[in-house]
Amino acid sequence: MYVAVKGGETAIRNAHKLLADKRRGDRSVPSIRLDQIVEQLALGVDRVMAEGSLYDLELAALAIKQARGDMIEAIFLVRAYRTTLPRFGYTLPVETAAMAIERRISATFKDLPGGQLLGPTFDYTHRLLDPELAADAAVEAPEERVEETHEPAPRVTDILGHHGMIETDGELPEGTAPGDLTREPLAFPLERDLRLQALARGDEGFLLGLAYSTQRGYARSHPFVGEIRIGEVEVELEVAELDFPLTLGRIRLTECQMVNQFKGSAKQPPQFTRGYGLVFGQSERKAMSMSLCDRALRARELGEDVTAAAQDEEFVISHSDNVQSTGFVEHLKLPHYVDFQAELDLVRRMRAEHERRDVQETAE
Amino acid sequence: MTRDFQEMSATADAGRKAAMALLAQATADEMTRFWSVWTDKPEVETLRGPETGLVMVRGRIGGSGAPFNLGEATVTRATVRLGSGAVGHAYALGRQGEKVRLAAVFDALWQDDAKRDVVEKTVLAPIAQRLDEELRTKRAETAATKVDFFTMVRGED
Repeated sequence: MYVAVKGGETAIRNAHKLLADKRRGDRSVPSIRLDQIVEQLALGVDRVMAEGSLYDLELAALAIKQARGDMIEAIFLVRAYRTTLPRFGYTLPVETAAMAIERRISATFKDLPGGQLLGPTFDYTHRLLDPELAADAAVEAPEERVEETHEPAPRVTDILGHHGMIETDGELPEGTAPGDLTREPLAFPLERDLRLQALARGDEGFLLGLAYSTQRGYARSHPFVGEIRIGEVEVELEVAELDFPLTLGRIRLTECQMVNQFKGSAKQPPQFTRGYGLVFGQSERKAMSMSLCDRALRARELGEDVTAAAQDEEFVISHSDNVQSTGFVEHLKLPHYVDFQAELDLVRRMRAEHERRDVQETAE
Repeated sequence: MTRDFQEMSATADAGRKAAMALLAQATADEMTRFWSVWTDKPEVETLRGPETGLVMVRGRIGGSGAPFNLGEATVTRATVRLGSGAVGHAYALGRQGEKVRLAAVFDALWQDDAKRDVVEKTVLAPIAQRLDEELRTKRAETAATKVDFFTMVRGED
């Protein structure tokens, strides 16, 4: 039971004033600007957009600043903000095949059309802290290589799709309207569209842990990275006042196509199956984790035994949202005085009962 | 509607779609700059907005399968009417109200046969040029990180 209690207004007011002061920190250090956060803490901004489920760089930067760098608090702020805005509609599905590519790699095919493009990656760095960065040394402009013709980069899964070696893209029955968990409460079991929506906004750490568990043998799925691509796609919206879909601008996405061995079932021949990841911003760890979880959660559909946590849809999806999780875990610190008083009484009565029994037993 | 007219309107739609796509990707600075040097400014009445809301961005399962809801994005829209009676619309990602209001003004001006060329030359062309330049740079920077595989040949002689 939660009973409202009065009092503490002054303490709360002063605590928030103290929070504002600590957030600002030493006044002799310049205040951090939102454009600095957007430019120099870009991957943190991307994470807040992905898990806040709202694409807006500046809002995500503001949330990070307001939350003093606490990412889950920042995500919470963004989620709260979105509830204040009207919804104009649903966009047309984005075309990731037409992405303006900034990074694109495949771990399954060396020589793929369009090539392996490393882009701005941490891979192959030595993970040594760089004192020069601390000293703010000037940074050289990147190399450029101008190619005579721009070679398109088709999705690897489309290349492998021929000959039936790999399953086709996930289809749902004709005319299925995509589920929207921001409009309807989740009712299990879910279709894959709703699972993907939940995973796309799910906590990176939680999904990473589950993805790792599938590699360690809990729902083993023999995964390969078919392709990871990062870049910008165009967003289009149909509006009532115009006869053609409008281009709203471009957003950066990370897409991961995980390819998994599948030994076949009564209905299907042996072939490669797929797990899919699509995330706002540049976030390949999240996109990879999402695609591994997506594949594990297809166990029922593919006739596999459900033996591990990562395959349990209700377990994974009910606990993947960090705003929900933090809300319920953190509510424990709110006053539970009356609850606890009742428990205290109960424990006292049980102890009295226990002592009486002891006395009786000794007497006998 | 005659066939000719349908075709004409399809072409006009394609032209306006392309124009609005460029206006949506203009920066706030560009819109302010192009408007400040626009001679013979028309009377502008704001019919709607600028107002900010959300769109739910959709992806497709596996890249080209069934659609699913990926997450939302902020969008700002505005509708204006010029003294001439032409109505302009604009929608763009983000929350830059004044940029979107000016984009709606240029959309209305673009629909005027007498003004279209000037809008194309002084507003749309510079935006398109900047976007092309940015794309070219990004491609060249990315291409410089392309892996050129070579196979080590074992010496046999």
